[in-house]
Amino acid sequence: MSRNIAEAAATHREVTGSQLVSLASAHKRNTGTDFLPAMFENMSVNLSATERRTATLATRRTVKKDWQAAWLVRAIECIDLTTLAGDDTPGKVERLCAKARNPLRPDLLKALGLEDYGLTTGAVCVYPMMVATAVKALEGSGVPVASVATGFPAGLTPMKDRLAEIAYAVGEGADEIDIVISRRHVLTGNWAALYEEVRAMREACGDAHMKAILSTGELKTLSNVYKASMVSMMAGSDFVKTSTGMEAVNATLPVSLTMVRSIRDYLRFTGNVCGFKPAGGIRTAKDAISWLILMKEELGDDWVKPDLFRFGASSLLGDIERQIEHNVTGRYSSADRHGMA
Amino acid sequence: MNEIRNILKTMEYGPAPEDDKDVRAWLANHEQGFGHFIGGAFTPAKGKTFTVHNPANGEKLAEVAIADPGDVDKAVGEATKALKKWQALSGNQRARHIYALARHVQKHSRFLAVLETLDNGKTIRETRDIDIPLVARHFYHHAGWAELRDTMFPGYEPAGVCGQIIPWNFPLLMLSWKVAPALAAGCTVVLKSAEHTPLTAIAFAEICAEAGLPAGVFNLVNGAGETGAALAGHDGIAKLAFTGSTEVGRVLRRQTAGSGKKLSLELGGKSPFIVFDNADIDAAVEGVVDAIWFNQGEVCCAGSRAIVQEGIADLFHEKLRARMEKLRLGNPLDKAMDMGAVVAPVQIEQIIAKVEAGVAEGARMWQPSWAQTVAAGEGCFFPPTLFTDVSPSSTLAQEEIFGPVLASMTFRTPGEAVQLANNSRYGLAASIWSQNLDEAFDAARTVKSGVVWINSTNLFDASAGFGGYKESGFGREGGREGMIEYLVPVWQKKAKLLPQSEPMPAPTPAPGGDGTGLDRTVKMYIGGKQARPDSGYSYPVTGKNGKHLAEAGLGNRKDIRNAVEAAHKASGWSGMTGHGRAQVLYFLAENLELRANGFAARLVEAGASASSAKREVEASVARAMRYAAWADKYDGAVRAPDKRLLTLALNEPWDVMGISCPDEAPLLGFVSLVMPAIAMGNRVVVTPSPRQPLAACDLYQVLDTSDVPPGTVNIITGDRNMLADTMAKHDDIAALWYFGDSEGTELVERESAGNLKAVWANDGKERDWSDPAQGQGEEFLFRAVRIKTIWTPFGV
Repeated sequence: MSRNIAEAAATHREVTGSQLVSLASAHKRNTGTDFLPAMFENMSVNLSATERRTATLATRRTVKKDWQAAWLVRAIECIDLTTLAGDDTPGKVERLCAKARNPLRPDLLKALGLEDYGLTTGAVCVYPMMVATAVKALEGSGVPVASVATGFPAGLTPMKDRLAEIAYAVGEGADEIDIVISRRHVLTGNWAALYEEVRAMREACGDAHMKAILSTGELKTLSNVYKASMVSMMAGSDFVKTSTGMEAVNATLPVSLTMVRSIRDYLRFTGNVCGFKPAGGIRTAKDAISWLILMKEELGDDWVKPDLFRFGASSLLGDIERQIEHNVTGRYSSADRHGMA
Repeated sequence: MNEIRNILKTMEYGPAPEDDKDVRAWLANHEQGFGHFIGGAFTPAKGKTFTVHNPANGEKLAEVAIADPGDVDKAVGEATKALKKWQALSGNQRARHIYALARHVQKHSRFLAVLETLDNGKTIRETRDIDIPLVARHFYHHAGWAELRDTMFPGYEPAGVCGQIIPWNFPLLMLSWKVAPALAAGCTVVLKSAEHTPLTAIAFAEICAEAGLPAGVFNLVNGAGETGAALAGHDGIAKLAFTGSTEVGRVLRRQTAGSGKKLSLELGGKSPFIVFDNADIDAAVEGVVDAIWFNQGEVCCAGSRAIVQEGIADLFHEKLRARMEKLRLGNPLDKAMDMGAVVAPVQIEQIIAKVEAGVAEGARMWQPSWAQTVAAGEGCFFPPTLFTDVSPSSTLAQEEIFGPVLASMTFRTPGEAVQLANNSRYGLAASIWSQNLDEAFDAARTVKSGVVWINSTNLFDASAGFGGYKESGFGREGGREGMIEYLVPVWQKKAKLLPQSEPMPAPTPAPGGDGTGLDRTVKMYIGGKQARPDSGYSYPVTGKNGKHLAEAGLGNRKDIRNAVEAAHKASGWSGMTGHGRAQVLYFLAENLELRANGFAARLVEAGASASSAKREVEASVARAMRYAAWADKYDGAVRAPDKRLLTLALNEPWDVMGISCPDEAPLLGFVSLVMPAIAMGNRVVVTPSPRQPLAACDLYQVLDTSDVPPGTVNIITGDRNMLADTMAKHDDIAALWYFGDSEGTELVERESAGNLKAVWANDGKERDWSDPAQGQGEEFLFRAVRIKTIWTPFGV
């Protein structure tokens, strides 16, 4: 390139998006803001363009060999290993916690040079009644316990009970609370009510980090998703999360892209940082890589770490283990070679 | 394996190279060089050759022979020889061959993708996911047209041997856009590949042999401009199709003028990318990536001019810069690159020159922080570049850069956005971003471009026409409209050559007046008013046996200028509904019939027999009715409908057209040309038969009484070729129909190169205006419109 161009480029260098995003590395908790409808009310998300972007994300980027192994390890670190079933028992939760402490076979860790890395999943995620069991099972591991609350999954219980449920889970020792929003407030455009609800829940969480589950499969339009995400962040959510895992459609890339862009806009407007958790339907190592690419491309490197990014998943880990074994040995693996949760 | 631990700190992507060993082996097998593919076999690579380089690292890939005029002649000869048998096949049989080509392209898809990437420098992601799949799609689609040709185009036959010249930016894709419709129509082909990128065309020739395409149907010659000129100038070519620069397009227009060759040109662009303030801004930013950083900006329809609503410009540019930081540029074979190499050093130099001009003119340049590393490395790479504060008059806003450079400017109102968008010689494509459909469609209709993408960009499909307005060329590729480019009316080949026009009589007093009738003054008709000629001269009009009938004004260039201005002012006509125009045309037919006897008398005076004069007037009335009927029916089509995508092929008027009428059938010829033109919403400047202008001039009374708005039809009498020359050179006339002698055809085709207006000429040949097959029909309607393809993805 000619000197003229190089000089012109240097003269006009200014604050770029990536510099802006690097604010996130020293982030503190999202304090939320006042209810500011101007930040979202005119937003209209174009579905086709969103789909085009997500369809090409994984064709524009890929990771191979060591990089693939490393990225899969990172995916494990970002998993909220989850059991949210009516038949959960203390025994089942203890098994889950054991897997969270040791998500990968020792020989594979060794092969990757990570035997002393202290690899764990990002958290375990359970119902409030299982929190105490999980806390005990994870003692000393550093793995946080997340609890769903507020009438999960529908959220249609009285507000005082929903708040009491948060208090209960926090009291049992939960480090993170995954709340569900009232979808009716979104579907009727009652954004102020949504803001007040999430605000109250955030207060009930106290020091526990709060993830707001939007149930995007029930909000239907991407514009609704964007607005609900923005309101939830304004109300002080530490994370926004796509789904309960119980809806007909759970985490999708277009929904995730919309939420991720709302996080970016929120950061730009307020300087506050918010994390993202896609949940439900993410089952393959390939999916996990796609989401990590999405985070790196649209938000930046701070969002490919567990403090700002989590997968809500139960079966994802199994596929990642098999892929990592393949990466290490060159042989395709089978599920029964890896310890179950 | 400490590596993993380090990667976990940086979370970098790492290398992801596509394996190229099979392509390397193929190249090694052809170390002795590539020849041409003529008559179903490759010629040896002897004589002059050129070296093909990989632009990503400068390495030599192959040696390729340059075709001299002798090689071109041989190729045209083989194509001519193959024509008869190829045309004798049934549509179904030709469809089988084209289907086989589609299949074979798919079977060799990765080979072709890797080869294209090595040769051109574009990323493997694009060749793998975009170029090659579109190539296969194009052949599939046109296998269908081969099957349906006779059903869908009755009365048409293949044009003959086609010369086709393709560019280097989408080498194989442009080959498919040229070859598929030609073969489907029943034509045979001599294709010249681009000198920077000949390799996939050579591979395609191998595929033709593998798929069993009959020898001589597809012929390939390699070389640069001289080879192209030899092909374009070859007498054996019936149709020339070119994609490339506007400058070369002009050269070819001049070179082929008067040759009788059909010509389609797909040329340059400076396509606007309009972002309204209620757009999904992140979507629009991503659109820019697909618009100008797709294929390193080496795209004729690249959205290279961002036109952004002022209130959101800062936010838009901030988001755009952040996005640019994230782009990855490097080894085109790496599967995780957004941008690869520019095609050749000469192209880099060209980009740098324009960028430097932009800097010198004071526009504000921005490149990502990593741009310096690009400059320092090897290979033909240029970083993505954004210019803001670009003024509409600057080099950056007006000239095509054909590189990864976006020039951005702002607008205040929707009207101003379209004004800025249209402030260009070009008119290839436009991308419009708004979540408000009122706003988006309003801009889509008023922007002057052949392709419009609403909330999207660079969408292509074989079924949808692609091609430009203005100096972006004429003719369409893809869809039904693309097929017509390779077909000609059956009767045309037998048409006889007309004699050259005799010189005009001197514009001085002439003898022969009998002084008995009331003196008649034939005036011109401009903007709804009768007008005297600017020159102040009149010429005598004589009838049967040399009888002096009247004087007609001798029009000159200023009369044409005034008429064009009047026509431009009459934009209301183009804005009327088809129904509205139909009503006017029906009324016109009615009023013409009312005066049938008067018109017949005029024709008899001019030399017609009473019965033929009567027939001509009746036919004229019928023809007016015919186009009144069409006025609200020839409106366009829906292409490639999808549950979430509406693609409209709209027939839009040229706005202002010039028409030179023939001497045969002085009234019917005039009516046959003017009626379809105005039925489709054009305003016209017409020169009637110079010999017999009286009947046509009398028509202004009919126009007046029929509520034809002033300026819709403007009539200038005088010397046909002199006036046609002025019209051909007039940059504010978008299309010209010429029906005169062969010298005039050559003249208007040559002179039209200035603004590359679309010319429809009779090649100096006769046309029987009373025969409906020749004097009316879809040909007239098709020529009276330019097709705008509007793509609208939607969904909630």
